[in-house]
Amino acid sequence: MAVTELDTVDAATASDPRRVRSNDVWTARWLLLPAVLFLILLTQVPFLVTVGYSTIKWNLLYPADRGFTGFRNYLSALSSGDLWPSVVATVVITALAVVLSLLLGLLFALLLDRNFRGRAVARTLMITPFLIMPAASALIWKYSMFDTNIGMLNWLSRTLHLPVVSWSTEHPLMAVVIVLTWQFTPFMMLILLAGLQGQDRGVLEAAQVDGAGSWRTFTWITLPHLRMYVEIGVLLGAVIIIQVFDPIAILTKGTGGTKTLAYLLYERAFIGLDVGQAAAYGVITVVLTIIVATVALRTLFKVFMAGGSR
Amino acid sequence: MLCSKRALTAAAGVVATALAVAACSSGNVSSGTAGNGGDGKNVTLNLATVNNGQMKDMEKLKGEYETAHPGTMINFQVMEEGDLRAAVTADVASKAGQYDIVTIGAYETPQWGANGWLVDLTEPLKSDANYDVDDLLPPVREAISNSGKQYAVPFYGESSILMYNKDILGKAGVTLSSNPTWQQVADAAKKVNTSTRAGICMRGKPGWGDLFAPLTTVVQTFGGNWYDNNWNATVDSAEWKQAVTFYKTLLDTSGEKDPVSYSFNECLTALKEGKAAMWADASVAASMLEADDSPVKGKMGYAHMPVEKTKESGWLWSWNLAIPATTKSKDAAIDFVKWATSKDYHKLVGEKLGWSLVPPGTRQSTYDLPEYKKAAAAYAQITLDAMTSVKPQQPGVNPQPWVGIQYVSIPEFQDVGNQCAQLIANYLANRGSVDDALGKCQSLAKKAGEAHK
Repeated sequence: MAVTELDTVDAATASDPRRVRSNDVWTARWLLLPAVLFLILLTQVPFLVTVGYSTIKWNLLYPADRGFTGFRNYLSALSSGDLWPSVVATVVITALAVVLSLLLGLLFALLLDRNFRGRAVARTLMITPFLIMPAASALIWKYSMFDTNIGMLNWLSRTLHLPVVSWSTEHPLMAVVIVLTWQFTPFMMLILLAGLQGQDRGVLEAAQVDGAGSWRTFTWITLPHLRMYVEIGVLLGAVIIIQVFDPIAILTKGTGGTKTLAYLLYERAFIGLDVGQAAAYGVITVVLTIIVATVALRTLFKVFMAGGSR
Repeated sequence: MLCSKRALTAAAGVVATALAVAACSSGNVSSGTAGNGGDGKNVTLNLATVNNGQMKDMEKLKGEYETAHPGTMINFQVMEEGDLRAAVTADVASKAGQYDIVTIGAYETPQWGANGWLVDLTEPLKSDANYDVDDLLPPVREAISNSGKQYAVPFYGESSILMYNKDILGKAGVTLSSNPTWQQVADAAKKVNTSTRAGICMRGKPGWGDLFAPLTTVVQTFGGNWYDNNWNATVDSAEWKQAVTFYKTLLDTSGEKDPVSYSFNECLTALKEGKAAMWADASVAASMLEADDSPVKGKMGYAHMPVEKTKESGWLWSWNLAIPATTKSKDAAIDFVKWATSKDYHKLVGEKLGWSLVPPGTRQSTYDLPEYKKAAAAYAQITLDAMTSVKPQQPGVNPQPWVGIQYVSIPEFQDVGNQCAQLIANYLANRGSVDDALGKCQSLAKKAGEAHK
């Protein structure tokens, strides 16, 4: 691409740098103060308080028996045997839900990228699962889809003379993954659709002229182009799905390998009512998440860098 | 000029910050006006309660109380059961004093009373002849007392009973006595079970208040219990294995197909839709099966909870009004909770809202009211029978060191019950053996029991 005039124009500063006096800097700082304080209040203070709580022995139901206990809460959290299965459950559920919703999202994005009558309506309808509250969608699935008496899935299998499936009892993990996939497919679809519509039509036409069929155009041009969008979708989707709570609380109550870290934390804090131990679990979760996120983000950013030169 | 501009900006920043901080902390409900309590002028009582029908009826009728007591305002905060438990426990345990009256279950009341978190109501109730505290059903009173001190007043109470569809059982030629055994019920369930209709619906949703409410009563009537009289955990006993295996066999051969999804509400729907023939659950369900919009109204038969080695196997639960010790309007709060659980309140509900809506299971005299007897003809007698015959001091075969039937009155029980319920749910779903589940549950229960020896 030729270098145009626009690329070389200097960005004009609002005012001469020499005129920005310390007064103005301070004005800017004062105006930023509320936002910064708000951020610290909402994120850093609670975290420090949690770290503090994690070192004390404090069960809400034993108000008299309270005191410093050092790392004992961490020891009991790590030795209870609940943590590792929970990490596995979180990873399995997140990975399955992200991959499945990505594949389905790609399929629907490709279909919606075509021109047909009522496309706007179809697109709106496709998005709705993402707009429904997580608790509501879990309830919809529990009663209207999975139920053995009135659920649509079992109505279908009865009509086809197939055995009735007890989803929450026999396949709890799949039940949770199915609900999450249903919910996050529109999310992936929207991101991928944006990618598809950002494709250069000229390139596609050129491919057509060169005699590439639709399959080759898709695998050689569209997919590489979508790579960046897939990466964004996976990153954002994983960040949201990793904290899933509602379908587990409503469908499985943590049985059958569905006790994710978020649900485990809830159980320790609100059923065990053990503030100290719950805080220790919380800190461990944060540490694990930071480790995973650092590794994952680094890998992803590397891919982004490489993507820039593609 | 510049200086004043700077000061102005700084002030604006500070104000905005203050606003932001204030916004953070305004989540709490102010009970500042309650500080005036005692002199009878402008008292606001904050009441936390659970979103059950009877509680909402109380909210509808609070105007009657406020009219009769000028200057007193009742501020209702209605929550879902789980949220209520978390909010009220956190508030009362940390002595935050947000509420003047709280709604708590029979499980919490004696424990919180012993912790000194609740106002002792023994004396104020006894000294009021009009309240007639001896009219309260004895097992309910026992369950919310600790060492002879009553820490709450019961708002409504329930036991558990066996409910069955007379049409379905009649067609299959099955009859049940009013005191059946579990074996008889299992046989009957097997006979009426079809591919589209469960013979019996039982709770399977993992949770100490879901699966373990009926399952603990089954264990107790099979001769087992959570602890022996010295707080030694006894979950790995032969009786437990027998009871849990029986429960699974019952569900496998004639229960609903997806037990992990099923608790009270799901079974209620199944019974109403004719998708289940029998159901052993809370006695309060009978009033819902006999409601005007119920398809099975008038078709239901009721019996005592099935037994094996004990004479009675019903559970006992009540929702109670208690007053946190931190309240600043103690006298006004006592006056209100007495009103809401009085004989007059029951009559008021009957006259204003309908006799079938009178809170059941707390007062003997309610069951003598001719209007209530007529409106609740199908289930009033069985409820009263079940509620007066259960023994919260010793529901099982052997004596136990706590008062309560389908739960153990120790703080750890919620947690232990929940984790055990998940283990047993895995067994119900064929993901593990009964020995494995009960073995792990035993070590959880043992650890909790050590603290009480």
